[in-house]
Amino acid sequence: MSEEMLRVENLHVSVEGTSIIKGLNLTIHRGEIHVIMGRNGAGKSTLANVVMGHPAYEITQGTIHFQGQPLEELAVFERARAGMFLSFQYPAVIPGVQVGTFLKKSVASVRDDPPKGRAFRKELNGAMAELEMDKSFLSRYVNDGFSGGEKKRLEILQMLLLKPNLALLDETDSGLDIDALRIVSKGINKIAPEAGCLIITHYQRLLDHVKPHFVHAMIDGAIVKTGGPELALELEERGYDWLDVAA
Amino acid sequence: MSEEAFEAVGDYRYGFHDPENATIRFDKGLSEQVVRDISALKNEPEWMTDLRVKAYRHFEARAMPDWGNCNLLESINFENVTYFLRSSDKTEKNWDDVPDDIKNTFNRLGIPEAEQKWLGGVTAQYESEAVYHSIREDLEEQGVIFLDMDTGLKTHPELVKKFFGTVVPHSDNKFSALNTAVWSGGSFIYVPKGIHVEMPVQAYFRINAKNMGQFERTLIIADEGSSIHYVEGCTAPSYSTDSLHSAVVELIAMEGAKIRYSTVQNWSSNVYNLVTKRGVAHKNATVEWVDGNIGSKLTMKYPSVLLKGEGAHAEVISVAYAGDGQHQDTGAKVHHLAPNTTSNILSKSISKNGGRSSYRGMLQVMPKSSGCRSKVVCDALILDESSRSDTYPTMEIGNSTADLEHEASVSKVSGDQLFYLMSRGFTEEEAMGLIVNGFFEPFTRELPMEYAVELNKLLELEMEGSIG
Repeated sequence: MSEEMLRVENLHVSVEGTSIIKGLNLTIHRGEIHVIMGRNGAGKSTLANVVMGHPAYEITQGTIHFQGQPLEELAVFERARAGMFLSFQYPAVIPGVQVGTFLKKSVASVRDDPPKGRAFRKELNGAMAELEMDKSFLSRYVNDGFSGGEKKRLEILQMLLLKPNLALLDETDSGLDIDALRIVSKGINKIAPEAGCLIITHYQRLLDHVKPHFVHAMIDGAIVKTGGPELALELEERGYDWLDVAA
Repeated sequence: MSEEAFEAVGDYRYGFHDPENATIRFDKGLSEQVVRDISALKNEPEWMTDLRVKAYRHFEARAMPDWGNCNLLESINFENVTYFLRSSDKTEKNWDDVPDDIKNTFNRLGIPEAEQKWLGGVTAQYESEAVYHSIREDLEEQGVIFLDMDTGLKTHPELVKKFFGTVVPHSDNKFSALNTAVWSGGSFIYVPKGIHVEMPVQAYFRINAKNMGQFERTLIIADEGSSIHYVEGCTAPSYSTDSLHSAVVELIAMEGAKIRYSTVQNWSSNVYNLVTKRGVAHKNATVEWVDGNIGSKLTMKYPSVLLKGEGAHAEVISVAYAGDGQHQDTGAKVHHLAPNTTSNILSKSISKNGGRSSYRGMLQVMPKSSGCRSKVVCDALILDESSRSDTYPTMEIGNSTADLEHEASVSKVSGDQLFYLMSRGFTEEEAMGLIVNGFFEPFTRELPMEYAVELNKLLELEMEGSIG
């Protein structure tokens, strides 16, 4: 079996005293695409944020390992530098900071062998072409005045440039039109063979473009059922109530 | 560099000082005799001596401002200030002729290098007087006058007499009176009709001695249809006792002329910086103040524009950074004295580690000034609970056709911004540095690139070691 990227064991998480994740287990290996589906409030985004180290969430029980290393001691930026990436559902606006500058500095912080000068520009141009992004993006301010689709594209662009070992994609497909969905999927498929991917989504339609190895149904803070791509179709058709009964 | 200097320097990288090798140094303290001695030493015409004495008497009689940071103002001890210090007998045209210790200082500040790369002229003032002055030959051939103020008064007495004190009279405020009484150094610039000075000219002001008072006086006249960009920088050693910097700057933009005056003020945190800057814009002329205040203990400075001719335009873009023990009381004043005049004011401030920033603005539209437009935007960013930001806007609108916009915001760095940036590999300090640089970006992009890079580095340094 290929290298283990993420191992979540018996994870319990709360925010301001409210328990959100209740005994979640999940293991992701290199080259695997996992999809988590569930209703709003099931704890999907919380899982992505807590793995990345968001300070608002408290782990009350259980452990998270990244490439065999326990995560609790790693600050957020150290997780990024170790090769973890989170594509945000709502990326923050950073006024006055140009996308080009931001990408260059971020790549220099995260990658062990950051490309410099011409090499960086070449890689950047290639990735932007792949995502059908205009060069004018680079002189805009990070997410400032971006449409929903533009924000998501910038997230995927960062993912391509940072080359993570573990990519967490939090509702990256929400609010995208068909073209944007196709482009975003292209980005995911590009990094997927070399990384572990965790895709959080509400919709089956992303899976027309990205083929998951595992689909998990999450209800009330825990994974209640795991299957292949067929589970996604079933969840979209039948909803989650039948699982409530099963749970 | 002495040990004492090292101790005081801290994070301020320009806080070093050099040995004091004064050729003339006045005793501390101020009197009419000191004023007369300065004038005599400079061999000034009688009218200037008289003006100085009149200004001194006004300064003595005038009360301290009863607004701004009154406590800090009252703590200034005018008797403990050196009002004149000459460190070099001549203003040199070649850096090699500047005394070594002074030359080294300016080398460390990167001035000769900048001059070679991108400036049209440089004046370097050390204590009370310019020690170096140079202008590109092509500009000189076009009739551009760029001199230190003392030389300007000697060589162009009529021009100086005609304009000196016409924009900022000695009686304008207590500190303009003080400056007029004891002024020394500064720049005198005249740009002939229709001449566009494409490369910026720069003045650099350095205080080196303890308890020094620096009172430069700058007068820039851009004749009809001409343009110039003047850049000013300043630093001082970090001493445990205070120094005083009180300048007066007067800009005169004749019909269709354009003057841009950019400042990156980075005094050490023992300097009182009390400066009066004002420009007049005649018909269809433009006066722009690009004013950055990073250093000093207390700055009180409100770059102003008198829009005197129809169609004149004012632009004031300012930023202030107030850190530990600092109060930046800054702002802008624009007076629409003629019809169809326009102005833009953008003010941004950051307060951190207990620092305080105040915006004080004045926008005036006279009754006969119809068709005026103005936009004022004030943004404050407060980085922690112990810091403070205040806004004191004043508007006097005497004409109902005026089209005015005013926006103000106070914000904090959000946890979401920090988490986002940290998830991209930035430490918390680096993330703060990015956010702060981004906040100042509308100002920074107006600076020559070399200054912009320097300012960004400076702000990143300010963010270091400050997050628990």
